[in-house]
Amino acid sequence: MSEFLQQLLNGLSLGAIYALIALGYTMVYGVLRFINFAHGDVFMLGAFAGYFLAPSVARVFPPGSIAGALVVLITVMAICAGIGASIEYLAYRPLRRRPRLTVLITAIGVSLFIEFTCQHRLVFGASPRTFPELLANKTLHLGGLTVNTNQLVVITLTALLLGGLSFVVQRTKVGTAMRAVAFNEQAAALMGVNINRIISFTFALGSALAGAGGILFAMTYTKIEPLMGVQTGLKAFVAAVLGGIGNLPGAALGGLVLGVVETLAGGVQGLSNYRDGIAFAALILILLFRPAGLLGRAQIEKV
Amino acid sequence: MLQSGAKRWLLVALLVIAVAQAASGWLNRYYLGVSIDIAINIVLAVSLNLINGHTGQFSLGHCGFMAVGGYVSAMLTIAASRAGFPPALIPGIFALSLVAGGILAALAGVAVGIPSFRLRGDYLAIVTLGFGEIIRVFFQTFEPAGAASGLKGIPNHTTFLWAWSFAAITVYVVASLVNSTYGRGFLAVHDDEIAAGAMGVNPIRYKLTAFSIGAFFAGIAGGLYAHHKVFLSPTGFDFMRSIEIVVMVILGGMGRTFGVVLAAILLTILPEVLRGFADYRMILYSLLIIVLMISRPQGLFTFVGPRKAKA
Repeated sequence: MSEFLQQLLNGLSLGAIYALIALGYTMVYGVLRFINFAHGDVFMLGAFAGYFLAPSVARVFPPGSIAGALVVLITVMAICAGIGASIEYLAYRPLRRRPRLTVLITAIGVSLFIEFTCQHRLVFGASPRTFPELLANKTLHLGGLTVNTNQLVVITLTALLLGGLSFVVQRTKVGTAMRAVAFNEQAAALMGVNINRIISFTFALGSALAGAGGILFAMTYTKIEPLMGVQTGLKAFVAAVLGGIGNLPGAALGGLVLGVVETLAGGVQGLSNYRDGIAFAALILILLFRPAGLLGRAQIEKV
Repeated sequence: MLQSGAKRWLLVALLVIAVAQAASGWLNRYYLGVSIDIAINIVLAVSLNLINGHTGQFSLGHCGFMAVGGYVSAMLTIAASRAGFPPALIPGIFALSLVAGGILAALAGVAVGIPSFRLRGDYLAIVTLGFGEIIRVFFQTFEPAGAASGLKGIPNHTTFLWAWSFAAITVYVVASLVNSTYGRGFLAVHDDEIAAGAMGVNPIRYKLTAFSIGAFFAGIAGGLYAHHKVFLSPTGFDFMRSIEIVVMVILGGMGRTFGVVLAAILLTILPEVLRGFADYRMILYSLLIIVLMISRPQGLFTFVGPRKAKA
């Protein structure tokens, strides 16, 4: 039983990171209806931004302090927001009225471009680096459970960010505009919503969350490399589809479900080698029974 | 026009093979290798074009089928070479192993096609992607095929003639299938599934046919690839490989066989030409994809009016 709870906890902290990235996929899908393949790379850039920022922040704030970690986190989120908005401005905006497939391939091109540029020896180089310890990582024993303070930080921070996001989307003017654009772009434009600004904002918001996900991932797994965003990004995208793409609570739920399923399956003897495949198998099974995802609403096509 | 007329395709293909066969003598090993790569990529791109272009489904797992075909045929020929058949039988065994790989890949294609009854667009894309990844993970843990360290010691059977013959056969079969009376159903499903259903075209049957035939040829391409590189590694069949094939189809123009063949040739040669730029070549390659998509989204070789593109 305690073994199960332990795995559940590990799964939740992994799933929290998936959820943060999945939200970016789902938000962009909501307003532009295409899969932003470069999103996983923004997550990677967030981790690297943290890697380069941490030493200079450590000079001002005592290393391992909460204030220092927060400064790194917030700066990285701001940097990633800028990166996300610039990607949209440079690569996707010229294609606004084109078929979605065109945009999709462009997104793949952008993703490859970021990956190969970062692997170049003059940029980050291909070899993995060790992420500095932002917060002192303590191991607590609660009953039969072993809990890393890192895991608690990941789960708490994700909960806070999700709360913040839901506030922005549901309660603010810009959030209302975002939902309006997602619902009907033309009608929103007629109501005086500046579509381009809202799309930029959506990219910035999603990328900031991916940046936070990058920091949390790097804190937990400590190794970072330019291709870290490929598999994690793919899983996060699976999470977004699992929950019903375009649906914000769905992305969060999908992330958590995926993290837990993957970790639980990894703990089973004989299944652990198939860990990466299990996430996809779960996805296919769920989609066969709920074709629009867990929380998505099936759309009836009118003739 | 080259757009229609399957017989003309066969003629062009035979001509290509004849020229190629005559030329293969004076090509050096490097050019020979690249030209076999081109033929394999033509098989992959044209077969994916049947699924993504003509039938309008969106498959992101094409190299999963390639992996099935490659592993199956490689394991068969390895077993055959251990059994010690006389050399005269080797071409026959190779052909049989390719077809066996293709058939198993087609079965996998049917398995992937079944979700396409209920799923559309991005959901279908992600399910096919998932299948591709599951197949890769399977071979990564499958001990008889070398698991993560890869399958070694595959006999080098793929010659110029084999590769280009299969490229010609693929182009011929796909072109004549789509241009036949039966094949109009693929285009009907692509243009409007509901209307096609109302007119008595069974979309499910057409989707399954497209997936199984496309997967069959991808499996053959996998077999050719295995006996060309004489080594198979599961990491070679990751999601990026599928993306490469999708890029070929989209740059060639969805549902345009001729353009897709040209795009397959171009995108195979391009990384080789860029080799001179060493570290910068993949950066240039990705930049080129972005620039081409922004400047020529209808496909590189499409000069007539656009056909309706659907994701």
